[in-house]
Amino acid sequence: MAGSTPASATASPLGKPAASASLWAESWLRFKRHRLAYLSLWVLGLLVLAVLLGPFVYKVGINDIDFKARLAPPSWQHPMGTDDLGRDLLARALYGGRISLAVGFASMVVAILVGVTIGAIAGISRGWVDAVLMWVTDLFLSLPQLPMLLVLIFFFRDGLKAIVGPEVGIFLLIVLVIGGFRWMPAARLVRAQFFSLREKEFVEAARALGASTQRQVARHILPNALGPVIVAATIDVAAAIILESTLSFLGLGFPPDIPTWGRILFDAKDYLDIAMHWSLFPGLAIFITVLSISFIGDGLRDALDPRRVM
Amino acid sequence: MGNYILRRLLIAVPSLLGISIILFTVLALAPGDPFEEMATNPAVPPEVRMALRAQFGLDDPVWQRYTHWLASMLQGDWGFSFVSRIDVDELILQRLPVTVAIIGSSLILALLVALPVGILAAVKPYSWFDRIASTLAFIGFSLPTFFTGLLFILFFSIKLDWLPFVFRADISATGWAWWWEHLKQSIMPVSVLGLALAASWMRYVRSSVLDVVRLDYVTTARSKGLTERVVILKHAVRNALIPVVTLVALQLPQLFGGAIVTEQIFRIPGIGSLLIDAVLRNDTPVIMAVTFVLSALVILFNLLADIVYGWLDPRISYR
Amino acid sequence: MALLEIQGLKTHFKTEDGWLHAVDGVDIAIDRGETVGIVGESGCGKSVTAKTVLKLIDMPPGKIVAGKVLWKGRDLVPLPPEAMQKIRAKEISIIFQEPMTSLNPVYRVGEQIAESLRLHEGLSRKDALDRAVEMLKLVRIPTPERRVNDYPHQFSGGMRQRVMIAIALACKPQLVIADEPTTALDVTIQAQILDLLGRLKDEMGMAVMLITHAMGVVAEVAQRVVVMYAGKVVEEAPVRELFAHPRHPYTQGLIHSIPRIDLDARHKVRLEAIPGTVPKLIDPPEGCRFAARCKHVRTECRQATPPLREVASGHRVACILDLPT
Repeated sequence: MAGSTPASATASPLGKPAASASLWAESWLRFKRHRLAYLSLWVLGLLVLAVLLGPFVYKVGINDIDFKARLAPPSWQHPMGTDDLGRDLLARALYGGRISLAVGFASMVVAILVGVTIGAIAGISRGWVDAVLMWVTDLFLSLPQLPMLLVLIFFFRDGLKAIVGPEVGIFLLIVLVIGGFRWMPAARLVRAQFFSLREKEFVEAARALGASTQRQVARHILPNALGPVIVAATIDVAAAIILESTLSFLGLGFPPDIPTWGRILFDAKDYLDIAMHWSLFPGLAIFITVLSISFIGDGLRDALDPRRVM
Repeated sequence: MGNYILRRLLIAVPSLLGISIILFTVLALAPGDPFEEMATNPAVPPEVRMALRAQFGLDDPVWQRYTHWLASMLQGDWGFSFVSRIDVDELILQRLPVTVAIIGSSLILALLVALPVGILAAVKPYSWFDRIASTLAFIGFSLPTFFTGLLFILFFSIKLDWLPFVFRADISATGWAWWWEHLKQSIMPVSVLGLALAASWMRYVRSSVLDVVRLDYVTTARSKGLTERVVILKHAVRNALIPVVTLVALQLPQLFGGAIVTEQIFRIPGIGSLLIDAVLRNDTPVIMAVTFVLSALVILFNLLADIVYGWLDPRISYR
Repeated sequence: MALLEIQGLKTHFKTEDGWLHAVDGVDIAIDRGETVGIVGESGCGKSVTAKTVLKLIDMPPGKIVAGKVLWKGRDLVPLPPEAMQKIRAKEISIIFQEPMTSLNPVYRVGEQIAESLRLHEGLSRKDALDRAVEMLKLVRIPTPERRVNDYPHQFSGGMRQRVMIAIALACKPQLVIADEPTTALDVTIQAQILDLLGRLKDEMGMAVMLITHAMGVVAEVAQRVVVMYAGKVVEEAPVRELFAHPRHPYTQGLIHSIPRIDLDARHKVRLEAIPGTVPKLIDPPEGCRFAARCKHVRTECRQATPPLREVASGHRVACILDLPT
């Protein structure tokens, strides 16, 4: 009897069910109903496109110094104005955007990979392994993020610079550190899924059919955790972008010649009164990026977990 | 309840130890010698250098260095800041009150905004109030604090010239004028932090109240003939606050990050800006001590949050 | 004049797929001191009817589309919230189905009982708590003086339901609506609670509207029975009459589906089940709602909803046929 009727769309000892395709389609429809989220998807898409392809289309150099055009407000020639060295801000913002977005996504990948792994191990093991892992998770949750980031960058920046060069070094450092401090929510989510699903009937059925632990995990438990983890992942991207720009704003992120959005703001903040365009544009860029990611995350939450009262 | 508090205290101790281990591990793993600067810095007197080497026990095995360091940390001997030329604990004590005052005020502001707005939004979901409030909340937590701070300065200080944007801890006025000056210079940093917090808290409150309002005991309360106001405020909100406390406690570490940024922008002499300065000037003892203090503060706040949680939910404390 | 008279009540719910006709034209009358049982399967609208009396339905998405709820001659439907609040717990109270979730977990049990007393009778905190202890005694909770300070999670399910009863009876209402009060409890506890309700009713003289899907409960406790199906009343009669002479095919099906242990081996019959399922309540079809499942269905049945007609004293049926019982 067990195995003849799949208990859920993702539990299927006999092969991929047709039902899972429509589950995604249904979620997509629910997502589209969240208008702000849908709009944000477009906005983010445009932003990513602009940042990726922009430098090929808008061929102004990011380091073209032009003292005659210092601190110029937005114009046709310089749509976002110029900084104190006359460098075009739009070009710099497009370039910086690549880095900010790359850091955001890479950190998210690190955070999710670490989090899901730890959560899965804790969820499967129970007993003392789980207790230890949970204590470590709580510990990391108590660490004040920004100070720890600063400390780690302070200590390891020179070392990494020596090994892989300044840009790659700091990129790796920031990604690993941000990701290393954001794995906890994902771990908790995955562990909770494991605990609630371990004893559910369809997993027991799979076990009764002789499914190995890995198979149980991969085919049955993880897919159900996917929803909340995806939502957590979008939050991670937004948070990582904010963290990176905060670090750069404090002067402790990427090297000064790399114009990440936060770094542009770091330079701009002393000229707030005479050149506010210099601060406004990168700030708005961060804001719009994070806002659209947040809305998308909200839309995903509605789409993937319809049981929640929203 | 006393039992419960005791248990939470007992958990806090290993957490503090754990954090100290992490911090110390970072220090120990750091490539290069953080004290090289000190060795080559002519401003540092040799006795101090020797004392620091002894305190950090750079020639001893790792675990011994750790216990030594931990012991001196716990005794309040936090070393000497060779950048500022005073003992680190003195330096921190100088700067701590300002930071605590600003953080405390932002927490209160956040509560005062998030609670009523969140409750109202939940009681009338999808109304225009709810939609506006929720959208504002999203905007609020998508704006990085440094950008909001800059915008505030741009608007209130530069354009309108209403508020000063450089913080002065020593204001020469007395009496009401002193309070007024302090208020004027604190409004912006406190608002920047507080409103950012309020943005995410409001979402938590709304979501939690929405969940609770559907529950059976709320219908029971209505069936007793209580006014809707009493039903929501007395029966629903009290329960809705319970998960919110947990969520807020989880966010506390980020609060210190926000404080650091705010102190930088508004040039407030708190421990946040102290940390930045120390990092920029390679002042290792200060870095270690400040991070330790911040972590201890987080644990303290978590403990307080646990106590509030236990007070709110009798199922926890009355086993 | 009946104490409570529900006339032509229609409560509908707005859903994504249309309006759900949960209660679609229901007439029920309850006299002073009477126990009326309302039976029907899940989804037939009995709970919604009960909650509509006290207007405890979420409106939106619910809406009282038509009808009157006459309480001592006064229609409750158009009453504003302030007026309803004076009636709730003081004149009409309600006991819910799920004792595990019906009590607020963060307040002491005594406080929750005292709340209605302080509100409706203006008692001081101390007096209200003293009365709460008396109520706990009344519902047979041991050591009530101590238990009054306990929290709900310190009580078992059956005890919590007793506390709910204490809350419901605190202000001595004239009508108690019991919405499936024992469905979530063990059978033995069920018996105790029903027994308690019966005794309290005798002592305090209140009317009871007992909602249940268990025919056995109704047979024991009720004086009159109202049978509901798909949002409408299909039969009502005094209890003995209903069980002896059920007239509506649905009622007959219900009664015949009760297992009988009193029949010996020679008379063993197969347990009858009513085939089919409840019709959609969203834009329900014309005609008798039971038509799709009825053994005796005729074409006239599908044309118009049969009205309730009197077939014996106090016995009304919503069926155009004269079926043997």
